[in-house]
Formats: sequence, structure tokens, C-alpha cells
Amino acid sequence: MYKAKDGSELFIIDGHVHLWDASPENIRNIHGKQFIDCFYGYHASLSPPEQLWTPEKFAKYGAEQMVKDLFIDGPDDMAIFQPTYLKDFYKTGFNTLEQNAILKKRYPDRFILNGAFDPRDGEGGLEALEAQAETYKLKGVKLYTAEWKGDSRGYKLSDPAAYKYFEKCEKLGIKNIHVHKGPTIIPLDRDAFDVADIDHCATDFPNLNFIVEHCGLPRLDDFCWIAVQEANVYGGLAVVLPFIHSRPGYFAKVISELLFWLGEDRILFGSDYGIWTPQWLVERFMNFELPEEVMKETGKELTMTAKRKILGENAARLYDVDIASQRAKLSRIEMAAA
Amino acid sequence: MNARHDAEGHEAAGNEAMGNEATGNEARIAEVRATLDRVTDPELDESVVDLGFITAITVTAPDEVDVAFRLPTYWCAANFSYLMASDMREAVLGLSWVRRAVIHLDDHMYVEAINEGIAQGKDFTEVFPAGDGQDLSAIRRNFALKSFERRQEMLLRHLLAAGHPPETIAAISLAALEALKLDAEGTVLRTRYLERRHWPQDVMTVGEGVSPFAFVTRDGERLMPETLGIYLRHIRRIGLNAEFNGALCRGLLASRYPGTTPAATPDFIGAC
Repeated sequence: MYKAKDGSELFIIDGHVHLWDASPENIRNIHGKQFIDCFYGYHASLSPPEQLWTPEKFAKYGAEQMVKDLFIDGPDDMAIFQPTYLKDFYKTGFNTLEQNAILKKRYPDRFILNGAFDPRDGEGGLEALEAQAETYKLKGVKLYTAEWKGDSRGYKLSDPAAYKYFEKCEKLGIKNIHVHKGPTIIPLDRDAFDVADIDHCATDFPNLNFIVEHCGLPRLDDFCWIAVQEANVYGGLAVVLPFIHSRPGYFAKVISELLFWLGEDRILFGSDYGIWTPQWLVERFMNFELPEEVMKETGKELTMTAKRKILGENAARLYDVDIASQRAKLSRIEMAAA
Repeated sequence: MNARHDAEGHEAAGNEAMGNEATGNEARIAEVRATLDRVTDPELDESVVDLGFITAITVTAPDEVDVAFRLPTYWCAANFSYLMASDMREAVLGLSWVRRAVIHLDDHMYVEAINEGIAQGKDFTEVFPAGDGQDLSAIRRNFALKSFERRQEMLLRHLLAAGHPPETIAAISLAALEALKLDAEGTVLRTRYLERRHWPQDVMTVGEGVSPFAFVTRDGERLMPETLGIYLRHIRRIGLNAEFNGALCRGLLASRYPGTTPAATPDFIGAC
């Protein structure tokens, strides 16, 4: 819950969080070490100095710290877990649905669990997805289209194999497809400038929502062009938002582009926790105002209503969260705990 | 003779023989650095030298050069890494006195495959076969177009701010643009733009030949004064991409190699 200066309250849904284990004990090989080092690079280069963690803490912060950072010290009311398996790099995986489910069990009203699939897993993968959906009542998945797998250098969401999975998703009630289209963090190259596949599947699956994480940056140009034509394409702000600290002028330009092309109903907040914590991100975002000349360029404003939508209402719509009743439920739990 | 230089150009290891020979090496290294300065990271549209990617230039024999480079992450996309290494090799081999150029990438997931492939002059698809037919020339072309639009936008905005009306800008010929009197900043922007306006050849060649107009779209069509504003709005996202990448890559490089200071964002990009 975030209390604005005018006294009004905002319901915050953090659209992108992780609970990972990259401790030395869990690292399988050099790739695992390099992977967490790269994440740390993002953390170190885009965080305000007072928010910096040590590499040790960053490698494994633990569930208690996460709950504290999101819901106690931080403003999140709810958070969506996006898994990243990476079992080739980490003995028990980096950040798996199974691990996330343990925390969800303890805080059932706080977390939303998302799953994952890879169309290259064929029939077996479809069955696994079905089982996953049934066990965890999934409403969303996170995909990495550019992940290397054996000889494959990635896949497209427009591939027939992917379509089989989308058909399955429709049947299973998984309607939110989060796709990593962003900076290079895992072995990938094919998506390096390619968000075009979203165009096809968004047209062919109008009942599914495609949330393009990191807004396709560094392919913002292609992404905006696609998003403007497809009503079921959304932009996730993870990695984009931290620029509000180091390069606020740049952030202003990007968010105004997104407001211009997608509109305030199709932008979702995500902290990408533990890379960044929601407390400072939300605080800065709430205090942020678009410079005059940027507003003049696009004719768009970042109003209080827009902020409210981006920080929670849009995600609530996608994940069928009734904000009023969820708010009441959460405050009852807090009262009981106190 | 060995003369090693770090990224900032300081001499890292001395020469046994001083005097003319050392001066010769100095000059050669400077020549190599100058030619590498024209090699860009395609996504960032900035020089690999300015970005702090080059860690050492060594003249290993009178006609042999060894270049070492690094990238902001272990995971930097293999195709982009390969593309840069291959461009570096080609650039260095373009110097009249160089017969052999060895390019070393350090600290990368595919370091062996990339270094070996480059040494043998192989195609990216030979080294990383994936069967989807994607080759580096498609990437090169795509990013050359993006770079063309980005540099064009910067120059157009500069000209508009300097008081040139849209009608004049739309009608100006290539020759007239080249002769136009500009301030220092405008001159840099023009040079950068013309570099892409003329390269690669096929990008701007339409129909019978190159358009005589200085400002054309990526499809070779001339700009119209009445739609110039909309056009600028359209292409400005390219610059936003590059800026995002540039800021991110500089931050990641500095975090990965503490103590090194990659060059600051160049002036032509503009501070935010």
C-alpha cells in the first residue's frame, strides 16, 4: 500500500519478482557464477548508492528478507513470481516455480505464481504444463524466447510449436504470457532485434495477453510499433524503471513514448526484485513528473490516474484481482497478525 | 618488438629498443587505434574504443597486430560479439602494413569458439550453426539502418534548432549539405550522418542510384516538409534504444571491471 501525498492510497502489484539462490553451494559451474555476477552488475550500476547490497547478500537474500523488502518496508500489496529455471547452471535451479510455491503457501494472498514452458519440449512439455497449471492454478507464464537449447538458438512465439502451447494455455486458463524481450542476460542472440513474433501470436490469440518484459528495450522502436496495433500487448517496466534514478531525463522520454504508443492501460510496474527493491522505485515514480518539453513532444501526461493504473490496477485486471476485496482481506490478516 | 598499450593509450610494457623503432611502434599503435575507432558496437552505434572494450593493442611483428577486447557481460550476444570481432579484424587488416591481425575476446561464454572462428576467417553461421539461415549481414544491414536514422534525427534536430526551415531541409541536396556552414557540434553530427548516408552502399541506393537529396527515409524516399515533425517523432525511438544500451553497457562494464573507467558518454549523444 502506498500513501500518496494527497492522502489517497494506491494498491501496488509488483509484476516481476524473484526469489533466487545463487549461493556458492548452489552454483553448478562457471556459467552460474557469471550469471549472478551479471545480475549484480545491473543492480550495482542502476541502484542509488544507499540501496546497494553486498554480492553475498545479493546471491541469496532469502524468503524473510524478500517479504520484508516487498511488503513490510516496501509498498507492494501483491507480487507476481516469474520463474527462471537455469538448472544447467544451478544445482536446484535459480528461481523455480517449486521454490516460489513454498513462499506462496505461507503468504497465499500476497503472491501470484507464474509458471514457464519451452515449446521445444514438445508433447512432454505440454503434459508438464498441464500438471503445473493444475497444481498451482496458474494464470500466467514467463518465457525466454531467445534461450539457447542444444543446437537451437531460440524460438519464435509464432512457431507452430509455440502455438500448440498457446492453445493449451487457453484451455488451462493461463491467459498472461510474459515474454523476456530485453537486454542480454542469458545465452541468446536471436531476439537481439526481434519482437516481431509478438505481432503474429497477439493477433492469432486475442484471448491471451502478451506482456513484453523490459518493454522490448533495446528494441523500443519495434515494440511500440507492434503494441500500437495489438490491443492485447502490454509493456512491463522491469529494468526500465531504475533509470528514473541514474538518468531521469531519459526515463521521462521512454515513459512518455510508452504512454503515447501503448497508453496508460497497458503498462505494468515490476521491480525485478532482488535486482531492485520496490520501495525506492515506487517512491521515485510517485514523485516523478514529466518535464515540460517532453510532454510537449508527445502530448501525454503522467497523471495520478496513470500512475495508479501502472502500479497496480492494470495487473489487477489481468490477474482477476478485485482490489477492494483484496485490500480488505490483507488488512484483516494484518490486524490478526498484530 | 613489443609495445603494449592499455585502453587509455598509456604504454603498459616498455620497448627494449628505444628511438626510431619505438616511435615507429607508437605510430603503428596509434594507427590501429584510429582504425578501431571506426568500428562500432552495432546496437550502441558507438566506437568500441570509446566504450572501453579494447584492452590492449600489441604490434607483435612489423606486419602483425594483436588486439584484445572485452565486453560488458559474459553473456553478450554471440552474434554481436562475433560481428564486432570480425569488424575489428577487417579494419586492422585494412591498414597497408598489416598482414596478420589476431583478435582476442576475453572472458566470454563463447570465447573459444569466437576467437577460433575469427582467426580462421569463418562465417558466424559456420561457427554457430543453427539452421535458421540467419547471418551477420542481415544484422549488419538492420543496424546500419537504425544507425542511419539515429544520426539523421540528431542532425535534423540540430538544423531545425539552428533555424533552418523544414522546406529548406527537405530540399537540400547532398552536395549542398556537405558545403553547408555549421558550428562545431553540427559538423560532427554531419560527418556522422554522412558516414551512414553513404554506407553501406546498398542501404541508401534506390532504383537507378543514390538519391540526390541529403535527407531521405530508410527506403530512399525524400522527406516532406509538412510531415517532418511526424517523421522525427517516428525515428526518435531509435535513439532512445541506443541510449538505453549505451548507459546499460557502460554501467555493466564498470561494475564488471572495477577501476577501469570507460569513456564518458560522447557529446554527440547528449546528456540526460
